[in-house]
Order: sequence, then C-alpha cells, then structure tokens
Amino acid sequence: MDTKKETFVSFIVGLVFGFGLLLSGMANPEKVLGFLDLAGDWDPSLALVMAGAIAIGLVAFTIAGKRSYTLLGKEMNLPSGQHIDRRLVVGSLTFGAGWGLAGFCPGPALVAVGAGEIKAIVFVVAMIAGMTIFEFIERARNRA
Amino acid sequence: MITVDWQAFTPWSALTGGVLIGLAAAGLVLLNGRIAGISGILGGVLTGPRSDRTWRIAFLVGMLVAPLISWALFSLPAIEINAGIPMIIVAGLLVGLGTRYGSGCTSGHGVCGLSRVSPRSLVATIAFMTAGFVTVYLLRHVLGG
Repeated sequence: MDTKKETFVSFIVGLVFGFGLLLSGMANPEKVLGFLDLAGDWDPSLALVMAGAIAIGLVAFTIAGKRSYTLLGKEMNLPSGQHIDRRLVVGSLTFGAGWGLAGFCPGPALVAVGAGEIKAIVFVVAMIAGMTIFEFIERARNRA
Repeated sequence: MITVDWQAFTPWSALTGGVLIGLAAAGLVLLNGRIAGISGILGGVLTGPRSDRTWRIAFLVGMLVAPLISWALFSLPAIEINAGIPMIIVAGLLVGLGTRYGSGCTSGHGVCGLSRVSPRSLVATIAFMTAGFVTVYLLRHVLGG
C-alpha cells in the first residue's frame, strides 16, 4: 500500500505535470497539430517542451538509476524491458496515428477534461474504451 | 523545405512548461520510484491490482485539477479542438489501443524513456512521431485542402 506521503507526492506531481502541459501548449490540440504539420506553417514550439522536460529528466533518471530505494525509502520501480518487438512498434505507430488525427495524447486529453472540454471528455471515454478492448484481446489471447 | 511559423512559435512558455513536466517526472521517480507515463498510470487504474491504485488516482486527480487552479489563479491557456466528434472517437480508440499495446505514450516513452536513454523508448518515440507527422500530412495536404 502507498503511504500517505506517497499519495500526496503523486497528487502534487500530477498537478505540476498538468500545469506544465497547459503552459507549454501541449494541452492545446491545435498547437500540437501545428507542430506535427511539417509541410504547413510549422510551429517548432513542442520540440522545446521535449528539450526542457528531457534536460531535467536526464539528471533525475541518472540519479534514480543509481539508487535501489527512493528518497522516501521504498524500492525503485523502473521498467526493465529491453525487447524491441513488433508490439512496441505497431502499438506506437497506432498511437501516433490517433495523435495526429485529433492532436490529443493521453496527458493533455485528461487536462482538457479538467478544463471542461466536451470533446476531450468524448476522447477520453473512447481512449478508455480502446484500453479496455486491448485488455480483452490480451486476456483472450492468454487463454488460447 | 520547412516554413517556420514564427508568429505561432512560443519558445519561452514551451521551455518553461517542459521544465515543469520534467520536474514532475523527476519528483515521481525520485520520491515514489515510478515512471510518469500517463497511459500506463491510467491503464493501471483500469486493470492493475487494487493495492497499486491509490497513487495512480492521486496523480490523475492532480492533472484534472490543474486547469481549475490555473484558471482561478492566472488564466486558462487556449484549448482549441477542431476535429469533429467522429474523428475524436476514432482518435481516442487508436490512442487507447496503441499506447497499451506499445506500453507507453508521449510522457512514458517520449519524456521518461528518452531521459533514461532507453533504446526501446527511442524506437517507440520515433514510431509515434513518424505516424503523427504522416497522419497530419495525409489529413491536411492529401485528403483535405
């Protein structure tokens, strides 16, 4: 079980993440599509979002990679997969196609739901349906 | 050749917003030992073990509350959604399926994975960026006007 401290950390971190998405323009699908539209009037802003995030992330994950325990004393829970397989590539291509259709990826869509956008709510419901379909397919496959 | 739309270019808010996203990812991994990947956090709420849900829900509530606090204290940045409802539904389904099948999205693979210098995440990021570029190209320059 999570300690109260960890739950509080999660909430604050989610909040900061949300502010970051809003301020950066990631939560605005038109801005995202302006970045993905290389052949139109290209808006390079989102490359800087990635650069800013990764600059901080590189330091944090280098430190995290050297530790077995978190600063709150729990075990680190980092992904261990090394496989580059068809699932990874086909899944990511599918995700990218959906991203390009509406300009929403999961985080920004949730933030837009918080802002009360009806279309974002429709998107998130469809996204959760997609995740549920994936789960059904996985279970059916594991049974077979 | 690429034509840059300098009018739309917002380097400082993009960079500052990116730093906030990076700080959030840093806080989550250093304090809780978890990856700030939104599709994974949400997927875990839907299907993961109950004991592992509390931190995920707290994180998602934080994200949902962010625009309300932003709106109350400063102003809410523009959120323009021009896609029609049928397109939104198809997009949502593809994003839900694809992120679970490929084990991550823009935050998990793009920010955290690249920060961890994970070859898996690099491949995933190249794949979804390419698919995004191609989809927008087809929609705006081949199919649409």
